[in-house]
Amino acid sequence: MKTMASLFSATATVIPRNLAVSSSGKRFVGHSLLSSSSPPFLSFPTPKSNPRNRLTVSLQSPRAQSSASSSPSATFHGLCYVVGDNIDTDQIIPAEYLTLVPSKPDEYEKLGSYALVGLPASYATRFIEPGETKTKYAIVIGGANFGCGSSREHAPVALGASGAAAVVAESYARIFFRNSVATGEVYPLESETRLCEECRTGDVVTIELGESRLINHTTGKEYRLKPIGDAGPVIEAGGIFAYARKSGMIPSR
Amino acid sequence: MASSLLSPSFTSFLRTKKDLSLYAFSSQRCFKAVPKGIRCSVAAPQRQPSTTGSVRTAMTMTEKILARASEKAQLSPGDNVWVNVDILMTHDVCGPGSIGIFKKEFGEDAKVWDREKLVIIPDHYIFTSDERANRNVDILRDFCHEQNIKYFYDIKDLSNFKANPDYKGVCHVALAQEGHCRPGEVLLGTDSHTCTAGAFGQFATGIGNTDAGFVLGTGKLLLKVPPTLRFVMDGEMPDYLLSKDLILQIIGEISVAGATYKAMEFVGTTVESLTMEERMTLCNMVVEAGGKNGVVPADSTTFKYLEGKTSLPYEPVYSDQKAGFLSEYRFDVSKLEPVVAKPHSPDNRALARECKDVKINRVYIGSCTGGKTEDFMAAAKVFLASGKKVKVPTFLVPATQKVWMDIYSIPVPGSGGKTCSQIFEEAGCDTPASPSCGACLGGPKDTYARMNEPQVCVSTTNRNFPGRMGHKEGQIYLASPYTAAASALTGYVTDPREFLQ
Repeated sequence: MKTMASLFSATATVIPRNLAVSSSGKRFVGHSLLSSSSPPFLSFPTPKSNPRNRLTVSLQSPRAQSSASSSPSATFHGLCYVVGDNIDTDQIIPAEYLTLVPSKPDEYEKLGSYALVGLPASYATRFIEPGETKTKYAIVIGGANFGCGSSREHAPVALGASGAAAVVAESYARIFFRNSVATGEVYPLESETRLCEECRTGDVVTIELGESRLINHTTGKEYRLKPIGDAGPVIEAGGIFAYARKSGMIPSR
Repeated sequence: MASSLLSPSFTSFLRTKKDLSLYAFSSQRCFKAVPKGIRCSVAAPQRQPSTTGSVRTAMTMTEKILARASEKAQLSPGDNVWVNVDILMTHDVCGPGSIGIFKKEFGEDAKVWDREKLVIIPDHYIFTSDERANRNVDILRDFCHEQNIKYFYDIKDLSNFKANPDYKGVCHVALAQEGHCRPGEVLLGTDSHTCTAGAFGQFATGIGNTDAGFVLGTGKLLLKVPPTLRFVMDGEMPDYLLSKDLILQIIGEISVAGATYKAMEFVGTTVESLTMEERMTLCNMVVEAGGKNGVVPADSTTFKYLEGKTSLPYEPVYSDQKAGFLSEYRFDVSKLEPVVAKPHSPDNRALARECKDVKINRVYIGSCTGGKTEDFMAAAKVFLASGKKVKVPTFLVPATQKVWMDIYSIPVPGSGGKTCSQIFEEAGCDTPASPSCGACLGGPKDTYARMNEPQVCVSTTNRNFPGRMGHKEGQIYLASPYTAAASALTGYVTDPREFLQ
């Protein structure tokens, strides 16, 4: 859904993953959501659907493109936008915009332009500046229970469509976390400390996924993140369907 | 709010056994058998410990439901399993996106996994001139025709909902009324309040569009088995309390993240005494504590409700006496008082009487949480007891067409045969509106009773985050129908005991 062009124009400060990463040469073939055997309805592996051979075919999204590198090495760099605890889905994307259907490309873009518009007026600096459709903040930093409230997938979609690459929060509401992974729209990363009190909106930060580290260049401090684990390759692929195709769990098309 | 920091953090649904180490942090861990004297209906004669096969280790009912649905003899919290879905529900807000993903991933000509297991209920943005909202219902209709979907509760004539016999209204209430909720089953829905159906002793939880698109094609979903928090509610329910008070009490206790990734099981003599609609209120708001699902053991109340609603066989399951619960909370319900959740969080609990100086501008009675027949009966009881008129605009939005008909037909006890609608009219309330989700979640600008000004509202709905009912500066006090009606009569947040005693 998200086009390469939109990612570049949206977040000039984000280094595209496939350029920024230092590939370790490893592939994540064999990564699996499943610890045990796949259920029958998903087992269609054929030699031809080996992701190694399919890389140039599934280029619908930058996430798919960046799959040429191993995901844990990905790096995001840019400005951060800092919010507090319990940022619920109504603040991420107010209900009046839920008539927009994320699977329709033009409406996907519109959803992005409304990301975090529901934050109260006390947030003087807005996530998306008036007149803009994309954010200049590559990374959202939040407190506890980010994404609580409704199950609307519009929430991670709006953040991803706005140009944000990752959220770093103390903790997540369950459905938001799952929707982020399922769509591959945004990395839901967890911090070990309360970063929303350590960082300020506009600070320049770098996230090194492989190192599970966030560096705040403005303050010169570094912080530990919790490893994203097996969810990383799924997001990197562009969501569960893209991942399942790439890893041979379901047939490629 | 700060109490959310105390809650254990389950970081990833993809983690497995590692999370078990977190349990060590819970000092309340409880593996004891149900104490003597708390003889729950769960131990009813129909109980069959072996309903999931050979039980080697004791399991909670949530674990048992997921075990059966994943065709496994044994499951533990943290296990990731592929679960067979009994019912998938979607609505006009998330249905079109789920359908879009289904078509993109499975092909334009793909068929859903089972045309009788998909239930599509337009309910969110119905009575609006918003073209995109109207189009979304059209998308649902086209898809249901194309796929020959058995259960589609359509609406075409927006000017008069009664001209649409198929139309129901709020999905979670309609699911119950139409017999789609059955003990022991797995029900998924593209709405966070899908957890409401746990009242029937089933596993029910909300999912996103992408997961729903996957279920549409396969009938399965990868789910992580949640650990269970057990809430034991004993004691006689005072006649000024409703189930809404109980769940607001619980959320205030454990915070809006206190049950994240967890199941919440409600047992005890009080819960046994609750009607199905009141049990639905209890389970409806588990997501406001971050809960994955809520469950109430099925009993004779459940079976009686289901009579005539479903012809499909179902098999209830119950927690084993030695099942492992992450923690257990006990409440003496007879000692509780009416509570509200103050702005802007469902866990911002206060006693209703502590807020008696809070002046309000309006009252809203409606939604999947507080727009059922019994919710309106409760509000009518307060109006009837007072004999007075409301002092602020009071908006009534029945959840479903059935609820609307009940309001206009069922006599309120002690009223000499008056219906809710007559009592509401005498009290000066707004005329009951067309059934839908209404202004619970704001919606398009022309939504009935949407909070377009920064007002103060007492509401029987479920969320009071900034902007939830429309205006970002609006202040929402979540309350029971009793408290909402009492507040309407005074123009202030009011303890219903002022009128009920």
